[in-house]
Amino acid sequence: MATQVFDIPKSFKKDMKYTFCPGCDHGVAIRLVAEVLDELGLKEKAITATSIGCSVTLYDFLDIDAIEAPHGRALAEATGVKRARPDKFVFTYQGDGDFASIGLAESLHAALRGENLSAICINNTTYGMTGGQLGPTTLLGQVTTTSPTGRNVEYYGYPIKIAEHVALCDGCAYSARVSLDSIANIRKAKQAIKKAFEVQIQGLGFGFVEILSTCPTNWKMTPEQAHARVRNEMMPVFKPGVYKDVTVQE
Amino acid sequence: MTECLVKNNKKVLIKGNYAIAQAAIKAGCECYFGYPITPQSEIGEYMSGKMQELHRAYVSAESELAAINMVVGACSTGAKAMTSSSSCAVALMQEALSYATSDELPVVLVSVMRAGPGLGNIYPSQGDYNQATVGGGNGDYKLIVLSPSTVQECIDLTYKTFYLAHKYRNPAVLLADGLLGQMMEPVEFTDYPYPAIDHSDWALTGAKGRPARKIRSYAPLEGPQCEHVKNLFNKYKLLEENEVMYEEFDVEDADIVVTCFGSLARNVKSAIKTCRAKGLKVGFFRPITLFPFPNRRLAEIAGMTKKILVTEVNMGQMLRDVKLAVNGKVPVSFYGKPVGAWPNVDDIVEAIEKELN
Repeated sequence: MATQVFDIPKSFKKDMKYTFCPGCDHGVAIRLVAEVLDELGLKEKAITATSIGCSVTLYDFLDIDAIEAPHGRALAEATGVKRARPDKFVFTYQGDGDFASIGLAESLHAALRGENLSAICINNTTYGMTGGQLGPTTLLGQVTTTSPTGRNVEYYGYPIKIAEHVALCDGCAYSARVSLDSIANIRKAKQAIKKAFEVQIQGLGFGFVEILSTCPTNWKMTPEQAHARVRNEMMPVFKPGVYKDVTVQE
Repeated sequence: MTECLVKNNKKVLIKGNYAIAQAAIKAGCECYFGYPITPQSEIGEYMSGKMQELHRAYVSAESELAAINMVVGACSTGAKAMTSSSSCAVALMQEALSYATSDELPVVLVSVMRAGPGLGNIYPSQGDYNQATVGGGNGDYKLIVLSPSTVQECIDLTYKTFYLAHKYRNPAVLLADGLLGQMMEPVEFTDYPYPAIDHSDWALTGAKGRPARKIRSYAPLEGPQCEHVKNLFNKYKLLEENEVMYEEFDVEDADIVVTCFGSLARNVKSAIKTCRAKGLKVGFFRPITLFPFPNRRLAEIAGMTKKILVTEVNMGQMLRDVKLAVNGKVPVSFYGKPVGAWPNVDDIVEAIEKELN
């Protein structure tokens, strides 16, 4: 029987200290990205445009070329990188506020143009780095520092279902929503990331994965409670699944 | 058709906006990203066709925010990339320009001024001197700013804008105006005269056989951030020492020197010739680089003349830089209007005579 050795992905920087809060899913998500970069042999041709928020620290963890983008503009910068150097592998790693609030125009237009880019969006229903304010994906009823009595429709309107919106864009080749609440779902998440990366390599268009994630600090929960919340409160609204995949024959 | 040949076949008659676009092509611009706005839309229109014909990158961006950030992305790979826009839309680009100065990226922006503030209107104006030289982005930074006064200079200075942006790895602005963008003049297209700049030691190309590179505008701690900004200002000092450009004549014996920038220089030059014909001792001084500003030369001129008159088609924006350079040595006065038809030659002559009486 072959032995599988648990190791640190090559695309990970060496000796990097873990800087996320206990129970935060960013660490898992970034590890999955690193594993997929390794498996597809992309480390040496990858360029990432990072975002603003906790997700920006991706470039501290990955041993690949990176440029930071102003808040919301990651996919505009990624478009510039890819158009200038079409032979490179270009992806973004953004939070929900970055991707779907301040950057919604850049995000959807990159998908509409069918840019050969891959985008990962971490959806944790809040602005994490700034201390837990209401964001575009905050659930109805959710208490945040700027929705002290819970999100109501009268003042705040509705949360956005990102993966569904992206899937509606004709230039989108792959759009999926995944969760990191269990081992089985983490495996599925990795397959989705791989798919979103592969469609870029195949030149099929925009590849997208929305990852439902925890923010235990701002949710004021233990890691375990936070993952239960993902499962019990987020997944019924933000349903995991593949919303578009042009590689599958209908 | 964007141009027609003039007599000797060397010169072509061409509109300023098309001249800028063609110069950018000849300068080797690899990527154009833009969003339409009058009075510079011809640049994007021309580039949309030409860049595709040449198999270079072109994107009709969804907004000016996206366009300038696409330029930033392309420049991070060392590519020659540009956008063009005007006034209220250049306002939307200030955030990215601030980032690009800190990231030290060779962004090229063509800014063809219209009238403001706000939406203003599409009459020509020079109201964005401050926007270009002082900037609307956050933090301590400078943009390289070049100011053409003729369509020929639109070409020559487009070349220079690309060169300086890449040589100094700093965003550079060609600050034209609606008058120049829309006027036709006979010009000659020389070849791009500057050497290629090697970006292989910093550009993002994928971490193959070398450590990964991170282009980021900030250092999380006080000390390194101080160091970073100081380094930027050392670069600006180099620009001030080496790249100042200006045009002058008749300043040595002048009782008054008239200064202006951009296309207003055309009328001011005629006015000075008229004054000289009348026996009035009037000199001319025009900064071509608005940053680096020709402080040293203006200070020297202040030591030679009795008075300086600043003329602009705005309410006195370059005026402040002139006053700083003159540093109280001689009186500095202002003549201008905020928007619309440039003051004509007679008006300027009258303004000069008033100052001399």
